[in-house]
Amino acid sequence: MKFVDEYRDGGAAHGLAEAIDREATRPWVIMEVCGGQTHSIVRHGIDEMLPLGVELVHGPGCPVCVTPLEMIDKAHAIAGQRGVVFCSFGDMLRVPGSHGDLLGRKAEGCDVRVVYSPLDAVDIAAKNPDRRVVFFAIGFETTAPANAMALRVARQRGLRNFSALVSHVLVPPAIEAILNGEGNRVQAFLGPGHVCAIMGTGEYEPIARRHRVPIVVTGFEPIDILQGVLLAVRQLERGDATVHVQYGRAVRAPGNLPAQRVISEVFEVCDRAWRGVGVIPASGLRLRDEYREHDAAEIFDVASLTVHEPEACISGEILMGKKRPRDCSAFGGACTPVSPLGATMVSSEGACAAYFAYGRHLPATDRRRLPIADGRSP
Amino acid sequence: MCLAVPGRIVAISRDDGLLTAKVDFGGVIKRACLEYVPDAAVGEYVIVHVGFALSRIDADEAARVFALLAEMNALEELERS
Repeated sequence: MKFVDEYRDGGAAHGLAEAIDREATRPWVIMEVCGGQTHSIVRHGIDEMLPLGVELVHGPGCPVCVTPLEMIDKAHAIAGQRGVVFCSFGDMLRVPGSHGDLLGRKAEGCDVRVVYSPLDAVDIAAKNPDRRVVFFAIGFETTAPANAMALRVARQRGLRNFSALVSHVLVPPAIEAILNGEGNRVQAFLGPGHVCAIMGTGEYEPIARRHRVPIVVTGFEPIDILQGVLLAVRQLERGDATVHVQYGRAVRAPGNLPAQRVISEVFEVCDRAWRGVGVIPASGLRLRDEYREHDAAEIFDVASLTVHEPEACISGEILMGKKRPRDCSAFGGACTPVSPLGATMVSSEGACAAYFAYGRHLPATDRRRLPIADGRSP
Repeated sequence: MCLAVPGRIVAISRDDGLLTAKVDFGGVIKRACLEYVPDAAVGEYVIVHVGFALSRIDADEAARVFALLAEMNALEELERS
């Protein structure tokens, strides 16, 4: 496929890895923010191509992973109500809540449907006026324009039976939280390419300046990621700390202005709890007052739920780059993609699921025998 | 979740009031909402996420990645010689 295959060229990848090896004179710790990048890094073995001193740590950029348990439990409760069609992106169905997952609800006979686009959920609402259609609106800035458009269209068409359970999150406040965190080791970031295609690079400039960290806005293919690492290492070696765009084929500095307009028409910034991390101020989006009649959290009485997080799961520390999946005693034993304890083992973009899918729980010699796994999701 | 795939626009229409494209992803054709990239034309490549085109692919910028690689290889050759 054009604009994909050429960015997976093995020779070019090795050339870049050698260049990183030549140019890095000291150990450096670089965090990739986005879960899509984490998946690509583990899938293509990029972390194992890098010189020993250049360490990639995985960030909190998996929206499925950071959706708070309380929100999963609300979704579970709403999906169980009579007359409800609960629509969600596929990744969310297997995220364990306190009382089970959405797939379990489907098995009980509830109407839980996987949609590819949020507009599909709007169509379901239009075709089923006697049913209450609820869409689980999660994601980062990349997904916010799509979810905002679905809400805007539903409102314009007067579809009062359509609502959204909104748990949107924003990247820049999470980067700040990592940098301000106790014992932070991250010295540079690979910025999230598709988030910046929407939001532009403006929000990252003050972070780079204030914290003296290079931020290289990077794509998702192996050549993109290796080039992002090389550009980050170059800045670190020189003592620079600027925002640089590696993923120029999709990212323009101002971002996508029509998308930004619709996001701010439908959503407003709010404090948001991140699963395993806690509340990060001004790190989420919620519906504006004008959209209250489409807010599933208001419509359905699910305010007082008691939530229970499994004690063995260390996904919070994994999401903040403090620990790796292999540091968890449950990884690959009590916790696998078949029976996950935490969300980082569910989504293909979660660090634990990626490590497991590509055999990082096995000794290197056993890994070659694995069938090629590709659990990528939309 | 933020996975977005490049595809080529093969047709543009207005569906239920929304600017919509048929996009070819290496032979698989899917619909994508084009409201956020309204000036994209048939034949151009866009990056699509959950049924929405997010960005046009800038072919010159796409080539720059490889220009940087070529430059790097040339430097390496010079260092070796």
